[in-house]
Amino acid sequence: MSSTDLPVSTDTPDPFARTGPAPRRSRRAVDWGKYFTWLVMAWLFAPILFMIAFSFNDVQGRHNVTWQGFTLRWYEDALAYPDLTTALLNSLAIALLTMVIAGVLGSLLGLALGRYRFRGQGTTNLVMFAAISAPEVVLGAALLSLFLTMNVATGFLTILLSHVMFTVSFVAITVRARVLTLDPSLEEAARDLGATPLTTFRLVTLPMLAPAIMAGGLIAFALSIDDYIITSFVSGNVQTFPLWIWGATRVGIPPQVNVMGTLIFAIGVVLAIVNIVLARRRA
Amino acid sequence: MAMETTTTPEGGPSPTPTPPRRVAAAAPYFLVLPGWLWLAIFFVVPIVSMVTMSLMSGNLVRGFSLTFEFGNYADAVATYWEQILRSLFYGGCATLLCIAIGYPVAYWIAFRGGAYKSTYLLLLLLPFFVSFVLRTISWGFLLADDGVLLGTLKDIGLVPDGTRVLNSAPAVVFGLAYNFLPFMVLPIYAVLERMDHRLVEAARDLYAGRVQAFVRVVLPISLPGVFAGVIMTFIPSSADYINAKVLGGTHNTMIGQVIESQYLVNNAYPMAASITFILMAVLLIGIFSYARALGTEQVMEAQAR
Repeated sequence: MSSTDLPVSTDTPDPFARTGPAPRRSRRAVDWGKYFTWLVMAWLFAPILFMIAFSFNDVQGRHNVTWQGFTLRWYEDALAYPDLTTALLNSLAIALLTMVIAGVLGSLLGLALGRYRFRGQGTTNLVMFAAISAPEVVLGAALLSLFLTMNVATGFLTILLSHVMFTVSFVAITVRARVLTLDPSLEEAARDLGATPLTTFRLVTLPMLAPAIMAGGLIAFALSIDDYIITSFVSGNVQTFPLWIWGATRVGIPPQVNVMGTLIFAIGVVLAIVNIVLARRRA
Repeated sequence: MAMETTTTPEGGPSPTPTPPRRVAAAAPYFLVLPGWLWLAIFFVVPIVSMVTMSLMSGNLVRGFSLTFEFGNYADAVATYWEQILRSLFYGGCATLLCIAIGYPVAYWIAFRGGAYKSTYLLLLLLPFFVSFVLRTISWGFLLADDGVLLGTLKDIGLVPDGTRVLNSAPAVVFGLAYNFLPFMVLPIYAVLERMDHRLVEAARDLYAGRVQAFVRVVLPISLPGVFAGVIMTFIPSSADYINAKVLGGTHNTMIGQVIESQYLVNNAYPMAASITFILMAVLLIGIFSYARALGTEQVMEAQAR
């Protein structure tokens, strides 16, 4: 993007070159870091581009790795597998509920941890840290152990309980980071002007925390909708999108999976662009 | 809010009249309680339940009973030490690869990204809108023997016909690095972005060379970010088994696969629980000693950004 002005800047003499006491660094003609970064980006995007391209592949069998021509037919019957559609809807429902529940619980936790000093704070931090650091396979196995011991049938509810558990700490640390940067004088001003604690919270604190709460909620949503490992332990017979794709690998992935992946990616890109535009407008 | 008395450092006099002390003191507990309960019931209790289960004996038909069967642990280590060591080795290699690839990227974006910093970060995260499982499978298809990448290279004669990439240890390690790279880049970036870039200028003015300025100024400042990145990449990559299943074939199985099949296929719960506990212990002991050396607060702060 800025490659056009690069040759120009190498020719312009450094304005500080003669005034500085130390020998200034010589300008490099080639910015290797840039090419390296772009190479890494290409690596990260390669599987995505493969997925998008092959959602248009006119493949005959189920071995969808070579290009055989352009077609739109997988988009036309994107919903050809009712259980795939159900799995996607399950994933969305669980992710939305996780976002709301973990968003509320995590925000309260983050607010308390960022603002107060209280007995048990160290323990709470430690438990949250452990919950974030613990490998997913351990969390999944532990939850399954609990549900087996308690004779709880695994299914939609156990997935939801588990997802809230492993996302709530992420929301809490996101909100806590924001709470720590808040200027307390704004709330003091509100109180000096006669606002009750509740009014101060509603009109001053909450709006300032809103971006962090939103970000935390989105992280919870993303973690939930993407999770395979924990979900596979606590899902019982309920299918989610990642579980369905995984199950399909045994018989060959239908091209519709590439279609759904592409559509989800497209929604993500649109959301990201909207986010950027809104941020620009605010700034 | 009623936190004036609690936040004023060293109990300095608060100018505003505070609400009754008892309410103020209870407020944090009310806020913490719901989330704390959730974590206690669905994180702490399950871990305890798993440890209890690892000491049971019996089978699915006759039922399990708590007999303090420590032999489960001995059996687990004797049978699966190879998978445990392999998982730690793959996780370690993937983490080193993530540092080698992620540090320069984080450095370049933080120092040279200019106005496009946030765009680069967004590009870095964009692939992760696609499900982990689907991304890994796509990457596997791309590397398939007759696939787009290897097939094309064979067609133009750049690599010999019999070359295979899938079902090898490097394929698994690169797959892990692929999937967890952003968790290394983001914490390092967060630290480098926040550091005062004039420090580098100062070092240069004091006749430090380019390398010296990096080693003695930038590197020490960025270490908490690197540590956070190590935690965020080493743990999930050692415990992951999706990559090993998709890219590793039958000779590169990781411990997660064993845990999954013991729990979900063989229903050998006590055995499965003891393997899981061993994995958790090995990872967490390492991580907690790391975190202790640095302070968990700092590491978690770097993770949060």
